[in-house]
Amino acid sequence: MGYTLNFSAVWRSFDQLLWGLALSLGLAFVAIAIGCVLGLVTAFGLLSKQGALRHPARIYVTIIRNTPILVLVLFTFFALPQLGIRLGKIESFVSTLAIYSGAYLAEVFRGGLLAVPNGLKEAGLAIGLTQSQIRNSIVMPLMLRNVLPSLSSTLISLFKDTSLAAAIAVPELTFEARKINVESFRVIETWIVASCLYVATCSVLAALLRQLERRMSIPR
Amino acid sequence: MTGNLLEIRDLHKRYGEVEVLKGVDCTMAQGDVISIIGSSGSGKTTMLRCINMLEEFQGGSIRIDGEEIGYDTAGGTRRRKKEKEIARQRAMTGMAFQQFNLFPHMSAAENVMLGLVKVKKMARDEARIVAEKWLDRVGLAERRDRFPSQLSGGQQQRVAIARAIAMNPKLMLFDEVTSALDPELVNEVLQVIKDLARDGMSMLLVTHEMRFAYEVSSRVIFMNQGRIGEEGNPREMFLKPQTERLAEFLKTSTFN
Repeated sequence: MGYTLNFSAVWRSFDQLLWGLALSLGLAFVAIAIGCVLGLVTAFGLLSKQGALRHPARIYVTIIRNTPILVLVLFTFFALPQLGIRLGKIESFVSTLAIYSGAYLAEVFRGGLLAVPNGLKEAGLAIGLTQSQIRNSIVMPLMLRNVLPSLSSTLISLFKDTSLAAAIAVPELTFEARKINVESFRVIETWIVASCLYVATCSVLAALLRQLERRMSIPR
Repeated sequence: MTGNLLEIRDLHKRYGEVEVLKGVDCTMAQGDVISIIGSSGSGKTTMLRCINMLEEFQGGSIRIDGEEIGYDTAGGTRRRKKEKEIARQRAMTGMAFQQFNLFPHMSAAENVMLGLVKVKKMARDEARIVAEKWLDRVGLAERRDRFPSQLSGGQQQRVAIARAIAMNPKLMLFDEVTSALDPELVNEVLQVIKDLARDGMSMLLVTHEMRFAYEVSSRVIFMNQGRIGEEGNPREMFLKPQTERLAEFLKTSTFN
């Protein structure tokens, strides 16, 4: 192979990639924050004794989890305007990723809620706590500790899903990389650098989440 | 109304088709210590759990200090009280469980403080003082900042008792509190209960510790197949059982 790596074109446009990365992180942060709220509400819905809450939650999770995210992204951006719902590219992507992450996080939270022993809720009831006090002081803190290990892998894969925003021309990291690739023809170099940025960011995220996990762990 | 602390009338409880309590009557005065004995499945624990509404019940009534627990009966219809009201009524009693059920993410002191802060609306500093006082009473003052996972079973159960008693309940319910403990840890827990009894705490205990029941109780109830099979003072019950069933039960239990 006579190919010589030459990164100079990529370095010249490096700040473009960094801006793209910043936007990726921003998209992920907003979408996941909304997704967490949505996921939590849905998780309680999934575990509800009332069918009126349980069934819609189950339908939402099933539909979203069985549809490829790219299809959801395209549907929201291209099909919804036909139905009169017109969103900007960023809003469109953020709402799609929020709805998508809500469904995945709902399953994660559901598992964490199920792992809280019933006896602890009874102990809360026995000292006169109300259901909402038990939820806030006992169930949620324990659920969060239960889910942190699996939450970090879900969050990282949701972060990586921001790359699909390139499909609707949101100028995040993948989109910027493709632009540099097209303009410079340095295909290998561009995608090596873009990949490295993803790997580095994911590693930092994972380390932060491990730190949080350690901080919140119950002393033994 | 009579001056009874606890008054249970014709208590019926069903799980689906199975009736586990088939009309239980029981009264208890202030300061009474009543042990409930009987084989497993006889309804002892269920009866205890109806008193603080951890179990719903379908018939009969329970009153604490004259106040009807869990349900309102007006004009022949019976309605479950509102959740908030039931929570308030639950705080009239304290309960210690077989599996301790300490909140694992809180220190011993925080376990005791939670109810004081959330239910009694005490300031945290004040709650901490109360919590430390009760942890001291159960012999765990120096372990107040330990987490449940750092305590032995006996110590955990003593924290759980402190958590319940700190709420200043009118009546303490003990549900087989020594059953999950290693034999060498049983006594430290029983000692705490004996001290509470001596201080005049009203208590209802489901227990398999026959000698303890004999020593600590002012009265013993023998439950048999969802009914009260026999009741009386511990001396009569253990030494001269009146019914065949109780005699049989006592023969199969260890009295040590």
